[in-house]
Amino acid sequence: MRILLLLALLALPALGIERFPPPDFSGGHQIPETVVPASQARTQAWIDVAALSLGLLLASWISLRLRSRKGLVILSLVALAYFGFWRRGCVCAIGSVQNVALGLADPGYAVPLAVIAFFSLPLLTALIWGRSFCAGVCPHGAIQDLVLVRPLKVPHWLDQPLRLLPWIYLTLAVLLAATGGMFLICKYDPFVGIFRMGGPRTMLLVGGVLLVLSMFVGRPYCRWLCPYGALLGLLSRVSRFRPSVTPDHCSQCRLCENACPYGAIHLPTRTPTAPADDRDARLRTLSLLVLVPLAAVLFGWLGGKVGLVSVAWHPTGELAGQVAMADAGTLPEPAPDEITAWRQSGADRTSLNTAVAVLEERSLTLGRILGAIFGVAAALHLIRVAFPRPTADYETDAADCVSCARCFSSCPYERQRLGLPTDIPGGSHV
Amino acid sequence: MAEAPGMNRRALLSGGLRGLGLLGIGTATGALATRDKRDDEVWQIDPDACIQCGLCATECVLEISAVKTVHSHGMCGYCELCTGYFEPDPVNLDEGAENQLCPTGAIERTYIEHPYYEYRIKPDLCVGCGKCVKGCNMFGNGSLYLQVNHDRCVDCNRCAIATACPAEAFRLVPRSEPYLLRGKEEA
Repeated sequence: MRILLLLALLALPALGIERFPPPDFSGGHQIPETVVPASQARTQAWIDVAALSLGLLLASWISLRLRSRKGLVILSLVALAYFGFWRRGCVCAIGSVQNVALGLADPGYAVPLAVIAFFSLPLLTALIWGRSFCAGVCPHGAIQDLVLVRPLKVPHWLDQPLRLLPWIYLTLAVLLAATGGMFLICKYDPFVGIFRMGGPRTMLLVGGVLLVLSMFVGRPYCRWLCPYGALLGLLSRVSRFRPSVTPDHCSQCRLCENACPYGAIHLPTRTPTAPADDRDARLRTLSLLVLVPLAAVLFGWLGGKVGLVSVAWHPTGELAGQVAMADAGTLPEPAPDEITAWRQSGADRTSLNTAVAVLEERSLTLGRILGAIFGVAAALHLIRVAFPRPTADYETDAADCVSCARCFSSCPYERQRLGLPTDIPGGSHV
Repeated sequence: MAEAPGMNRRALLSGGLRGLGLLGIGTATGALATRDKRDDEVWQIDPDACIQCGLCATECVLEISAVKTVHSHGMCGYCELCTGYFEPDPVNLDEGAENQLCPTGAIERTYIEHPYYEYRIKPDLCVGCGKCVKGCNMFGNGSLYLQVNHDRCVDCNRCAIATACPAEAFRLVPRSEPYLLRGKEEA
């Protein structure tokens, strides 16, 4: 009898239907209230923002004023423990780029204040003191920096073109986040799996490989992948203050030449007295005038194409693809959960098609804009690499230097400042 | 003399760009931070969109998911044969572990009066696998459903389960009212 009743009920649609009326208890049993736990206070977010602010100030002070590598190591350890293992890599500045992109593109989406702070504070710091965030606050930077035992030199010709990858990653991530598709950076983050001591196998594998690589190659993620690092580098190019190898003056003793594991120390390109090479300057101006607009147009066009392709990576686009496959009978059984959910929701095909059309239009426009921006950034980067500005002394690169304070101790004037025994080439500086 | 104007020009350019960067960050931050309904939003599951795929139990960044089953007792039929509690074809209609659907024994079954039983969720044991929810939705009243428990949720930028959810059942709700409860009007 019970079974028959159940079978009859199977025909009913599934959602929240009252198949069995709530009983009338003769014994006067009280039906309990639905219990749900209360929300946590918002304090955690404010503790995070306070820790970030304090970390940024400390990192800037230690790297620029104290010039202490030891101080930065301690700060990195604390940051790794707190933002990495304790907070499990969330909330993070790298991912906040996507929240901000989505927030700017979609007025209906409210970005949490803590996320806005995590996005803007490190960037503001970069405008004033350079990449202090990378030096001692970012857990991703810290984990790579702390395991670096035997840095191999990556040749300039390989390192510099690879530094375009973060721009590509940033462009794709902003495109996908702003159109409401997915948070690419969070999905493929290499280190959160380690911070959380678990996660998808591919994430752990990529994280492990990068970590082993970081033992021999300085900060591979920061240099060649981190999309937020691209923004930090751009802003620190015009920073008010930045670390300099020597605390005093450069006597070109070459002792710091190999001190930077990140390839961020520029060798002098001319003697201090020689005039700047006019030919190089002219070529630089010419390529700026020609290459930059050309790259903007070319990559703008390409960006539009990528935008259209990226629709297939959206949940909506993916669903549309699966529905089309189901219609053609080529969808493998059992049907994916997405199809089941779509059928169950009772949404019709026209609304799905409209959604995909809207998405395509938005992705095309946004793809073109972002592509053009990428083109300009890439062209400027390559021109800078091809025609470096003449420098007289050993200097840190404004964009690539992560303020790790490693090079300071190699400078004899720094040793003199610290009162350590030193042999200053060419006699003591007055 | 050739050096000085160039250096000044660069310093000026650098200062100008710095101001521009400051302005850009300021504008973006200001625009986002002054939005009406800013901040107070948290992740929650729409029970009507949920298809009980089971990913809530595994995708959360917490070791034991913040998603757990919630029971709207006012909607419950107090069935003796609860399809959210019992395995299909249970050996006996009693509390024996072999009869239970829940892998962690997180549902407490109490006799009220013939033929009614009350079912209570023990949140400490629930892992959010949604097996009971599936059973209840399929054959019962749908009084069991999954919700993000906000005493445990760590408020990720982007909820890891929401990203994986095939039904797009996750959405942002106001922090002041962080649950999407069923049968509220009856309660």
